[in-house]
Amino acid sequence: MGAFLLRRIFQGMLVVLGVTLVVFVATRMVGDPAKVMLPLSATDAQRAAFNHQMGLDRPLGAQFITFVGDLSTLDFGDSLWQRRPAIQIVFERLPNTLALIGLGLGLAVTLSLPLGALAALRPGGVADRVVVFGGLFGLSLPQFWLGLLMIMFFAVTLKILPTSGVGGPSHYILPAVTLAIPSLARLMMLVRSSVIDELNQQYVRTARAKGMRFHTILFGHALRNALVPFLTLAGWEFISALAGYTVVVETVFAWPGLGLTAMKAIERSDLFLLQAIVFTVAIMIVIVNILLDVLYKLIDPRIKLA
Amino acid sequence: MTEMDMMSEAALLEIDRLCVEFDTRGGVVHGLRGVDLSVRRGETLAIVGESGSGKSVTAQAVMGLIDVPGRIASGDIRWKGQSMLSREGLAMAQDIRGKDVALIFQDPMTSLNPLMTIGAQIGEVLRRHLGLSKIQARTRTEELLGAVGISAPRRRVDQYPHELSGGMRQRVMIAMAIACEPQLLIADEPTTALDVTIQAQVLELLAGLQETLRLSVILITHDLGVVAGLCHRVAVMYAGKIIETGLADDVFERPSHPYTQGLIRSTPRLDDQMERLIAIEGSPPSLLAPPTGCAFSPRCPLSEPKCAEQPPLVAVHAGASAACWHPATPAWREAPALAEAVS
Amino acid sequence: MAVTTHAAPPTAAKPRSGSFRPIALELWHDKAGMIGFTVIVLLILMAVFAPLIAPYDPAIQSVAARLKPPAWLPKGSWEHVLGTDQLGRDVLSRVIYGARASLLVGTSVVLLAGTFGVLFGLFAGFKGGRIDDLMMRLVDIQVAFPGLLMILLIISAVGPSLSTMIVVLAVTNWMIYARVVRGIVLSVRQTPYVEAAEMIGCKPGRVLFKHILPNLTSPLLTLGILEFTNIVLAEAAMSFLGLGVQPPATSWGLDVSNGKDYIFVAWWLITFPGLSISITVLSINLFANWLRVTTDPQEREKRFARLKAVERRRNGAPAGAPAKA
Repeated sequence: MGAFLLRRIFQGMLVVLGVTLVVFVATRMVGDPAKVMLPLSATDAQRAAFNHQMGLDRPLGAQFITFVGDLSTLDFGDSLWQRRPAIQIVFERLPNTLALIGLGLGLAVTLSLPLGALAALRPGGVADRVVVFGGLFGLSLPQFWLGLLMIMFFAVTLKILPTSGVGGPSHYILPAVTLAIPSLARLMMLVRSSVIDELNQQYVRTARAKGMRFHTILFGHALRNALVPFLTLAGWEFISALAGYTVVVETVFAWPGLGLTAMKAIERSDLFLLQAIVFTVAIMIVIVNILLDVLYKLIDPRIKLA
Repeated sequence: MTEMDMMSEAALLEIDRLCVEFDTRGGVVHGLRGVDLSVRRGETLAIVGESGSGKSVTAQAVMGLIDVPGRIASGDIRWKGQSMLSREGLAMAQDIRGKDVALIFQDPMTSLNPLMTIGAQIGEVLRRHLGLSKIQARTRTEELLGAVGISAPRRRVDQYPHELSGGMRQRVMIAMAIACEPQLLIADEPTTALDVTIQAQVLELLAGLQETLRLSVILITHDLGVVAGLCHRVAVMYAGKIIETGLADDVFERPSHPYTQGLIRSTPRLDDQMERLIAIEGSPPSLLAPPTGCAFSPRCPLSEPKCAEQPPLVAVHAGASAACWHPATPAWREAPALAEAVS
Repeated sequence: MAVTTHAAPPTAAKPRSGSFRPIALELWHDKAGMIGFTVIVLLILMAVFAPLIAPYDPAIQSVAARLKPPAWLPKGSWEHVLGTDQLGRDVLSRVIYGARASLLVGTSVVLLAGTFGVLFGLFAGFKGGRIDDLMMRLVDIQVAFPGLLMILLIISAVGPSLSTMIVVLAVTNWMIYARVVRGIVLSVRQTPYVEAAEMIGCKPGRVLFKHILPNLTSPLLTLGILEFTNIVLAEAAMSFLGLGVQPPATSWGLDVSNGKDYIFVAWWLITFPGLSISITVLSINLFANWLRVTTDPQEREKRFARLKAVERRRNGAPAGAPAKA
């Protein structure tokens, strides 16, 4: 267990190092921070002063070392937009994003299990067709469009839900549902196909030969085994939501989370804020990945954490 | 108990003209084409035949394991005279399976749920059929594991299938099958997937259990050597039909059907001088469009025009019946390879 | 299981997937797959011949004809079938031209990422050992990157454009091909016939072309098609966020973004471009779903059995029970 954690932490550090390199290359070498961050009217002298102030006129090697040093103390520099430490803004906005993801994915996870299992009971039957077609349909809706349609329908036409922003519980409904739908479609289709697979496994035939009741076979055997791939995909959904796929939903619903903040940072060419967000998320992904591995071990005794 | 006593006792399980069909894109595959079979209390019946002959399908039909793309097209399966396929029988069958009739599968590697401890998997049957509590089930499971020769059962109860060897897993499967002290045990090639040394141990265990528990056993196998020592009666299957059945000793001594003769002739024996195995030439017919007559006739040396008609299963002599128009006629000259070896 | 031994001969006897006619016939019989396929063909034609089909230049503005509703609404006119936007541009023409961005980005990203990923996976799978380990670790690391945020960061540093978007999407989407290909190479190399071929001294190139590529075509085709839908959605999302296709060029995502401030007054501005994205992706999904099953003999057999079972259930006989008991 200890060795496993160490290895995963080491691997996580490699990920963070990789992200560091890409961010460094993208911001300092490919792009020109002075050009991006200063107004177009800035003079050459102003640009030189900016570069000097930020240490951008030093050799790349030296720049990289300072860069890594700053990161290790969570010092991402001050946000140019809000004139305060970028990490502060990140920690302010993070809970909003996590709440959105938690609600949206929670919805997707809880609905996908019964719907997928229901479809799997009679492959080719009515429920199955509805689930498969619904799944394909859900996968085909662009999230931003879905969000706008729902605003148009529930907020503008019916006027029963708020259009955007944060507030009471009703503010959560549309963003969470929008975030949930593609994940729900994917998870539901996966549950369906893996339960179908599991129900055809030899060990299920054993259970049937034992005279076990159908609900025991479905819940105790098939669904439990189907949880292994389900966990993989649910974890992936969580990570990709973290990795920025809430940007679209947050933008549509003006949801003040990390994604919307990232978009604002881009609009204002606030590279420091943007890199703070990217790093925080990278580290969170590493942690979530490790937690997922531990969770696997709990579900599947065959997995050895070594 | 004498042979006659057993004969007189009512049948435990009767299979009556059972037909099983499978829907495939190529057409309907006739897996079983009217199988009649019965097993009496305390008796060991062997079903032999090559793969695809319908041995396993028969076992699956009894256990209610035929499902899409397969289906029972006609016929009946009766447990102590009561149909297991009728509307009322289905519920009864559900309670019988795992309790009074139990099945041991061929492949112990895939037959256990990988995510459950073996204790939970055995305990599950006990709780389902005998209504034991969790604690009672655990105690009983430990006893059962001991009974099938697993050492340190107390520790094994909490282990997962992947922690056990193939032979151990088959013992677990057997423990699961005998958990509710069934009257009939169906063993579907129980040793095929195991190492040769372990095969003998498992068979010995089965034979021992049969004696102590007074079990009826259906042993499905393609290994005639296994049958000879263990079974009272034999049914030989070919292309979805039973083509010969009788007391094991009789069938082996005086095989009536040419296929049975060929099967025995092609079984290697330790005491023989034969240098090579003699196979029956040709291959079994496609069950997509099974022949209307004797399915073996294309491979049979005795084949004649009459064989285009299905021969009925009739008594050939006291101990056996066969489905053949010229039963008990030697189909092959006595072992040509032996003659060659001598000269 | 005995069933598979029965099922094997008929499957083998059927014409191989190489022959075109039976496949086309099967597609014809699968309603959903056929609709998907037809729509895909129409979309490609629409994108290629956009200048001939579109009634207007998609960029031409007209102050006089601003925010006109679609033709079938009270204030609409047949001059602008799907209405006009806030700058008086013809929505129908923009929808027709918008197909170009989706298909162009989708195709180029799948080709770029696919080629790189496939080569990467082939190499890793063939070399095996430590090189394979190292290469796959690299894949793992990139998979653990915060995908979209990295894309945002790179694009904001480099500046948004069509070609930037294509490169960035390719760079962030090649890993899945590498994983799939490597997995197949490893499993195929372990099959007895390939081991035998390698043992008798078949050259790696020959093993690759004779044994491994045929096993790759079907899964890669399906994967490529599904990835294509992902890229179409990603392109739309990025253009919606203003980081993809830049005006005056058009894209469905960009159009939805343009219309989003007018949802109170002009629902058609977001509806038609969004619908186009959905229909495109849905059609491809339907077709891919059919293709996946059809190119896999086992899946095909299962699909047949299910249809048959449903048929029998409809006729009243429960599966597994005797017809006459």
